[in-house]
Amino acid sequence: MVANIVLSEIEYTHVGKRPIRPDGVDKVTGRAQYGPDITLRGLLHGKVLRSPYAHARIKSIDTSQAEAYPGVRAVITAQDLPFASLTKEELGTGYQALKFASNHILASGKVLFKGHAVAAVAAANLHVAEEAAKLIKVEYEELPVVMSVLDAMKDGATLLHDDLFTSSLGETAKTASNVASHSRFEIGDIQEGFAQADAVVEHEFQTASVHQGYIEPQNGTAFWNADGQLDVWCSTQGAFTVRSALADVLRHPVSKIKVTPMEMGGGFGGKIPIYNEPLAALLSKKSGQPIKVIMSRVEVFESSGPAAGSWMKVKIGATKDGKITACQAELALDAGGFPGSPAASAAMCAFACYDYPNGLIDSYDVVVNKPKTAAYRAPGSPQAAFAVESVVDELCEKLGIDPIEFRLTNASKEGTRRIEGPVYRRIGLVECLEAARNHDHYQTPVDAQPNGKLRGRGVASGFWFNRGFVSSCNVTVNPDGTVGVVTGSVDLCGTRASIAQQTAEVLGIAYEDIKPSVADTDSIGYTFITGGSRTTFATGLAAINASQDIKQRMVERAAAIWDAPVEDVEYVDGVIQHKSDSELKMTFKELAQRTLTTGGSITAQCNIDPSGEGNSFAFHVVDVEVDPETGKVDVIRYTALQDCGKAVHPSYVEGQMQGGAVQGIGWALNEEYFFNDQGHMSNSSFLDYRMPISLDLPMIDTVIVEVANPGHPYGVRGVGESPIVPPLAAVANAVYRATGVRMQRLPITPGKVLEALWDKNGS
Amino acid sequence: MVTVFIPTMLQPLTGGVKQLDCDAANLRQVIEKLEQSFPGIKDKLVEDDRIRPNLAVAVDGEVARMGLLEKVTETSEVHFVPAIGGGF
Repeated sequence: MVANIVLSEIEYTHVGKRPIRPDGVDKVTGRAQYGPDITLRGLLHGKVLRSPYAHARIKSIDTSQAEAYPGVRAVITAQDLPFASLTKEELGTGYQALKFASNHILASGKVLFKGHAVAAVAAANLHVAEEAAKLIKVEYEELPVVMSVLDAMKDGATLLHDDLFTSSLGETAKTASNVASHSRFEIGDIQEGFAQADAVVEHEFQTASVHQGYIEPQNGTAFWNADGQLDVWCSTQGAFTVRSALADVLRHPVSKIKVTPMEMGGGFGGKIPIYNEPLAALLSKKSGQPIKVIMSRVEVFESSGPAAGSWMKVKIGATKDGKITACQAELALDAGGFPGSPAASAAMCAFACYDYPNGLIDSYDVVVNKPKTAAYRAPGSPQAAFAVESVVDELCEKLGIDPIEFRLTNASKEGTRRIEGPVYRRIGLVECLEAARNHDHYQTPVDAQPNGKLRGRGVASGFWFNRGFVSSCNVTVNPDGTVGVVTGSVDLCGTRASIAQQTAEVLGIAYEDIKPSVADTDSIGYTFITGGSRTTFATGLAAINASQDIKQRMVERAAAIWDAPVEDVEYVDGVIQHKSDSELKMTFKELAQRTLTTGGSITAQCNIDPSGEGNSFAFHVVDVEVDPETGKVDVIRYTALQDCGKAVHPSYVEGQMQGGAVQGIGWALNEEYFFNDQGHMSNSSFLDYRMPISLDLPMIDTVIVEVANPGHPYGVRGVGESPIVPPLAAVANAVYRATGVRMQRLPITPGKVLEALWDKNGS
Repeated sequence: MVTVFIPTMLQPLTGGVKQLDCDAANLRQVIEKLEQSFPGIKDKLVEDDRIRPNLAVAVDGEVARMGLLEKVTETSEVHFVPAIGGGF
């Protein structure tokens, strides 16, 4: 078996190496502080009362018995949110956004999914809070449920919101609808494109709602002090976005909210929204004591945000020599009870791997009676790629062209114009495809039908934008020669290390001398979430810029000590030296030791909103074995290739690629929210919501293809999103090559495989 | 001249015109030029004197960081694209 491979373009001293992570000891010894570890004097525990219905009108709520229950200190409902006392006129254009945000936190008027929060109780302990919550009397009027985007988009469909009107780039429909927004992208002439095609393939596809599956449930602890200061501790991917969201829904100044991000037990996009934090804050305000609210696993599944389910129709035409002439797609992604699915992202990602002259994409953000969807690695892109890459595979078969050769013929490259307009800069899709074509995995034929089982190989491509956004970093030279690096980027997956490596590279000092830490919102400048594959790129750039400033300050300090002109002093590989007097020389550590007696500490900061992000492409190869007796699909070999730009810490990059591949395999084969006719999730436990575990899978081989991003000093692009994109289609394509049946609805469960085989074989 | 690409969904407002060349130094001026040529288009792009929250503007392939203050050059391409939704 082939191990992990790094195809590197350039070598650095620290960047590209595999040091031990700075937070490793705390993590493996159990000393790291997660949200539930917080204890405060007088801490109370909160319990949330949730809707037993997927869609119902709230006729009344009576909290009197709960409030009277011994040990209860506070009870809240939507009436305790500021929105309840604000008028449409007061809120202006922000009315609907605040209404949706507030109603998501605590239902008002209607519940829109099973598990929707209706009320919350704070008590001395969780058991009392649970008992009291049961005493809250809610009178509901059940309403018909709408669970699929196709049903929701039908004329006459039951409406979730009577004030939701389809918006289409500034245009708003006159009649209410479950379609929150519609986007359209067009290039060339779609009719002409299909007219030029020798082969056309068109199919419909569906994917289920799936959960990010993080181990640590959502949690939030809050203390609303009598002076109005609100302190919050929570598990979040972005302390500043929590602060902003709390300021919005609580109508409280950001200057009076401090959010401390705790260590993360997984997020994958799901820990960007707020759930428990505003409840804990309101309960604290009412009780005068700190409150902790932790979701159970059932609550995580039923009340936090899964990735969007989808319905898609994709049509692609190509000439007989394999040149794509036209691409068309309709993509409808479910948003759950409130608008906000990544439908437009799905549209922009759908054909991003291809250079084609004619295209038309329509995407729809559709509300249904499911939990409000949240981000999940490369939001929207896996769903779209499942449909597109399945059609591409069928087109390749129809034309008799190798799937990699077809993709190389049509691959996006520098200069390719995307359907939404911008032109690609330097990207590495072609390099990934070539690496895959030359890889031992692709070169080795698939064994045919061992032990009566069926084997097949599938491939697929994937794309994610990667982005910059705002980051802040403070760098301080300590008197012992170490360097403190403080950022606002929550460390989900080794970014303390990757930022420390970039800092060490700039300063030319040991990685072990860099002391990275993550600050609360009072202690660092605004920093956007850790997500979208942005942190090693953007916060890394902030650290690089601040470190460059540190170098200049060190040169100035040395010049002052030597009474020499600044321009006569230089900084070379961690040594500050006079350009012409070789006697005047100090190591970084030697100068650091003198800082406090020669003018004080040296600190630099950088606040940045960088351009120059580099798009990311992935390509996966998978072999599966299908048991025709049971329909079970086993992955027997898997290779993930990806243009990561420069891999700052290859081990963590490989981990991202492997993790993304495994989550995508779960999406393809096992995972789904299974809803009954009433819209109730029937499998809200890890026992029944089947995620792949190590025993299910072979080693995921990786190939890091380093095509440096010219927009970053070390060529960093970002890694975490695109590896989850290809697996859905790659697995489905492999199942087809093994069995001869196309699976167009995920997950590919044994039952679906058997039914497809029976249909194919006529029995 | 700055080249402004009109989003497909706004082309009914421009009578099918897909792009416009104009002289402008920043996005605010670009949008004013668009409004002069195609009255009503500004309302679709701007709300409360800011780019609409569900919209992003790409200048030469980069998402604009400065909103209406974003500078453009004589050779710039300007695209109006959806803001990436759903968080990430």
